[in-house]
Amino acid sequence: MARTSKTGKKTKAKARKAGQAKGGKTTKTKGDATGRRTHSAADQETEVTRLKRELKEALEQQEATAEILRVISASPGELGPIFDVILRKAHDLCGAPFGALLPYDGEFFRLAVQRNLPPAWAEWVRGPLRPGPKHPLSRVVKGEGPLQIADLRELADRDPDAPMPRAGVDLGGIRTLLYVPLRKDDVLFGVITAYRKEVSLFTNQQIALLQTFADQAVIAIENTRLLTELRQRTNDLSKSLNDLRTAQDRLVQTQKLASLGQLTAGIAHEIKNPLNFVNNFSALSAELVDEMTDVFQDPALDEDSRRKELDEIRELLKGNLDKVVQHGKRADSIVKNMLLHSREGSGELRAADINSLVEESLNLAYHGARAEKSGFNITLQRKFDASAGEVELFPQEITRALLNLISNGFYAATKRKAENRDAEFEPILSATTRNLGASIEMRIRDNGTGIPAELKDKIFNPFFTTKPAGEGTGLGLSMTHDIIVKQHGGSIDVVTEPGEFTEFIVTLRRKGLAEQKNPGENK
Amino acid sequence: MSTYIVVVDDEPDVESMFRQQFRRELKSGRFVMEFALSAPTALERVKAIPDPSLILILSDINMPEMTGLEMLPKVKAERPNIPVIMITAYGDEATRKKVAELGAAGLLPKPIDFSLLRREIDSRLEQAA
Repeated sequence: MARTSKTGKKTKAKARKAGQAKGGKTTKTKGDATGRRTHSAADQETEVTRLKRELKEALEQQEATAEILRVISASPGELGPIFDVILRKAHDLCGAPFGALLPYDGEFFRLAVQRNLPPAWAEWVRGPLRPGPKHPLSRVVKGEGPLQIADLRELADRDPDAPMPRAGVDLGGIRTLLYVPLRKDDVLFGVITAYRKEVSLFTNQQIALLQTFADQAVIAIENTRLLTELRQRTNDLSKSLNDLRTAQDRLVQTQKLASLGQLTAGIAHEIKNPLNFVNNFSALSAELVDEMTDVFQDPALDEDSRRKELDEIRELLKGNLDKVVQHGKRADSIVKNMLLHSREGSGELRAADINSLVEESLNLAYHGARAEKSGFNITLQRKFDASAGEVELFPQEITRALLNLISNGFYAATKRKAENRDAEFEPILSATTRNLGASIEMRIRDNGTGIPAELKDKIFNPFFTTKPAGEGTGLGLSMTHDIIVKQHGGSIDVVTEPGEFTEFIVTLRRKGLAEQKNPGENK
Repeated sequence: MSTYIVVVDDEPDVESMFRQQFRRELKSGRFVMEFALSAPTALERVKAIPDPSLILILSDINMPEMTGLEMLPKVKAERPNIPVIMITAYGDEATRKKVAELGAAGLLPKPIDFSLLRREIDSRLEQAA
């Protein structure tokens, strides 16, 4: 009654156990037998023929495997061509005239590639197909290995209500059917189907061969999945890298704007001084004109004293007008300076007086801080070396760098005062310049909170900040470092004692920057 | 004997501005104004002017070298009875308090209201008389 494979008792026993228990209409085989037969010495010629055939088959299999591997490596990330060659080779080598490869996504089977399927049957298996309990594929889903149905028609006749065996027979013209699962670590990736139009069992050798191809298909699927994941990750990463770059650009812009805001407040204050003089000297001049009228009309004055008075007033008026012009120009140059700061680029490389530059930065930072926070107070100490002299530099950039150092010092000293609530504690920031001959040194020191040893190495890193979120961009010191070291070829060091002080030491060479760099290049 | 007022400011034109504002007073000899461009110079001047004739010191706060706030205790140590009025662009509460603690007689905001300053000087002159 049972149809058996031609391959020995071991397989037969297994097949009986697995398949025939349910009625013997299907035969399950494992591809573990080699099909070796005992033979007599008289069968020499037959034996040679058999060996030759086996050798030929082995060669064909090797060639097929090699071709599949070639297609796999030639089609990274594409399963179509790989499935196609696997199915073709599998069918050719195990004598299946038609069949298909159906990947499984954990719920549905879908037709990926097919060979010689009758169109109506191809339509039927296209999917998505979720095998019902009576569909033979449901056994593969449940975990069975290669599943052979010796005669599908017999199965269909036994169970006329089940749609699949019927359709397979009627639409596909299938008699013997073999399912070989694509499975790895108990996960089903799909199935290779091989059909015959007549009842003719696949040998264990053929089944084993199909299983080999199925395993290769699994590897290809895995590779593709990994490759797709890798591509997806690469895409995600390059996207986040782009996002990061955009964010970084924005932050750099924010930092520049922040220092510009600081500058603006400081500069606004600087403008007030000359403006006060302009107002005062104008008002005084108006009074002097009134006084002049009085002198003209004063009958008590003789000609000499009148002339003397008028000369004096005229001199004062002339002086006042000069002062109005002079302070007007001063305000003008401050505004021009401010515009320079707001402009892109580094401005011009030129020789600048170091003491004036530090003084200007101190004032800008101080007034900026005052304007930002009305309660802000700090004692500024200036220890300028009168012989500090001039240095070739980009004044705007060095001012920007100094502003960062100074306002950090302000922040640290103010923070210490707020933290220890010591009425005696007085925040102090000192700026020191020193002539070192071929170079100059600038020190910005605050008696603030200091920097813990474990953070000292990080302070120049971009985006590193100890300030609360939203208060610092973490770019101030990194930009300062870039300006001093990269743009000016100088050095910046920090000496600090937590809870005591922080001192930044900047050294710049006096000359030689022009030979290395084109002015304004470093942006 | 002349009556002295010392003005401390690092802006050179402050002198010319004050001299014109108080032109009549200076001309009539009601008082003499001395100007110092830095706190150390001012300290020297303050030491040099004999006690009863120096009636007022007006000082800017934000100056290089030595600030007005640094100078204040030094002046008070040297001449405890001479009133010092600080002039600043920042008349906030903290500064006001600090200035008072250091012994200043008052705080005038910038830009200077000269009629207010004139009244201040007048009252000092009356006290001195």
